[in-house]
Amino acid sequence: MIELRGRKICRGRAEGEALVSKEAISFFGGVDPDTGRVVEKGHPLEGKEITGKILVFPRGKGSTVGPYTIYRLKKNGKAPAAIVNKECETIVAVGAIISEIPCIDKIDIDKISDGDRLILNADEGKMKIV
Amino acid sequence: MRLTEEERSILEGKEGNAAKKSMEILVALGEIYGAERLIPVTSVQISGVSYANLGDAGLEFLAELARDGRVRVKTTLNPAGMDMENWRALGIDEKFAEKQIKVIEAFADMEVATTCTCTPYLIGNKPNFGEHIAWGESSAVTYANSVLGARTNKEGGPSAIASALTGKTAEYGLHLDENRQAQFVVEVNARIDSPMLFGALGYVAGKLAKGRIPLIRGIGKATVEELKSLSASIVTYGAAPIFHIEGITPDKTLTPDEKVTVKQKEIDEAIADMNDTDDVDFIFIGCPHCSMDEMETLAELLKGKNVKKELWIGVARPIKKMADEKGYSKVIEESGAKFACDTCHVVAPLKGRFKALATNSAKGIYYGRGKNGFKTAFRPLADCIKLAVEE
Repeated sequence: MIELRGRKICRGRAEGEALVSKEAISFFGGVDPDTGRVVEKGHPLEGKEITGKILVFPRGKGSTVGPYTIYRLKKNGKAPAAIVNKECETIVAVGAIISEIPCIDKIDIDKISDGDRLILNADEGKMKIV
Repeated sequence: MRLTEEERSILEGKEGNAAKKSMEILVALGEIYGAERLIPVTSVQISGVSYANLGDAGLEFLAELARDGRVRVKTTLNPAGMDMENWRALGIDEKFAEKQIKVIEAFADMEVATTCTCTPYLIGNKPNFGEHIAWGESSAVTYANSVLGARTNKEGGPSAIASALTGKTAEYGLHLDENRQAQFVVEVNARIDSPMLFGALGYVAGKLAKGRIPLIRGIGKATVEELKSLSASIVTYGAAPIFHIEGITPDKTLTPDEKVTVKQKEIDEAIADMNDTDDVDFIFIGCPHCSMDEMETLAELLKGKNVKKELWIGVARPIKKMADEKGYSKVIEESGAKFACDTCHVVAPLKGRFKALATNSAKGIYYGRGKNGFKTAFRPLADCIKLAVEE
């Protein structure tokens, strides 16, 4: 078991399977809010479903309407269980807060692999790879 | 981050849910960007108003905030997905209109001034030099920082609303002197003397900037219309949302060592890049929204003419009302041109309705291509009107 420490962005706890992207994610236009699938052409996660996963990626990118896409995912029951970033930025931070999705950043995401079982305690800004 | 007693009490929910959620957003952003405190803002401009971008979830979010959220500072809105009065004439469908009206009602409940425009600085939401504000809409943010010398980061929809409902923003980024300094010099050695050409300069300088702040030299004078065009294009094509022009913009800046010269050739290439057709079926003027001077020019150009294609004029409703009084609107409408108050071709649901767009806006070209899949003709205003009245 490895414990990683970072910083709280949005409070909450979650447990689940990691879905890891080495590249930034654009939510507006890049993720379908009705299906929870990544639809950005050529993205490493293209076609993958983020629903219920602990979504691990370096940072958000793209349009500032992105937070509403995250909120739509949540309302549609298609949101990830939690978000882990290397460096969180405005879009993901605001999206996580308005959607109440646990989120931490300042995590060395290279240590996490697809399919790892993760336990996240965002209140304390830390997580475990089980 | 150090919070005052009042801020802490909002964060604990003592002033309602919407204010609490707003404070959570501001504090999280402050923590991410290393702010030491929150500072008061005097003005807010909210982006993310079109139902086409918000969807039902965005609408639901706004409705939730509207239950107990009330703005604490002067707040205006970005363009909506349609003209709020004249939407039928623009071919907007009933279902979309119904949702868009609900969006505006939610903002009205929050006591926002529901004037929908990307040029709040033309209609009375115009901050003074040095004022801290929280604005969305990248062109307006760039105009406020650069031309007015007010201070704002490029806010997203929810973070601007958070500032409106609390009267605060986190002190980081462009609120601080050290982050507003030019990072390279753009020496202009070309004729730049119309809104279209300032747009082309923004295209070139924006691509050179790659997120940095330019100090532009070699521009003798610039009108409001030219500066709003430059503000829109430079940030669209990649610069930070602030620029300096020697002798024109009010902020003091250090002079960086790195220098790039922009010659006529680069400007001509930029114009060629934005042109891929002559055969247009849609003309949009007013990106960013037209000023009173532009309304006068449009009336002169369209007087006695007969528009053969779809020609939309994007403008803030208060400016349109002034144009009504001057008689410009009547002349423009008699030509067959249509007003698109409160909206524009970037945020209206237009994909699939037209094949090719002509405009004098470099920003308008970018979104016409990317968002709507149009072919484009990038022309001076008079040439755009000529295309509109030709068979």
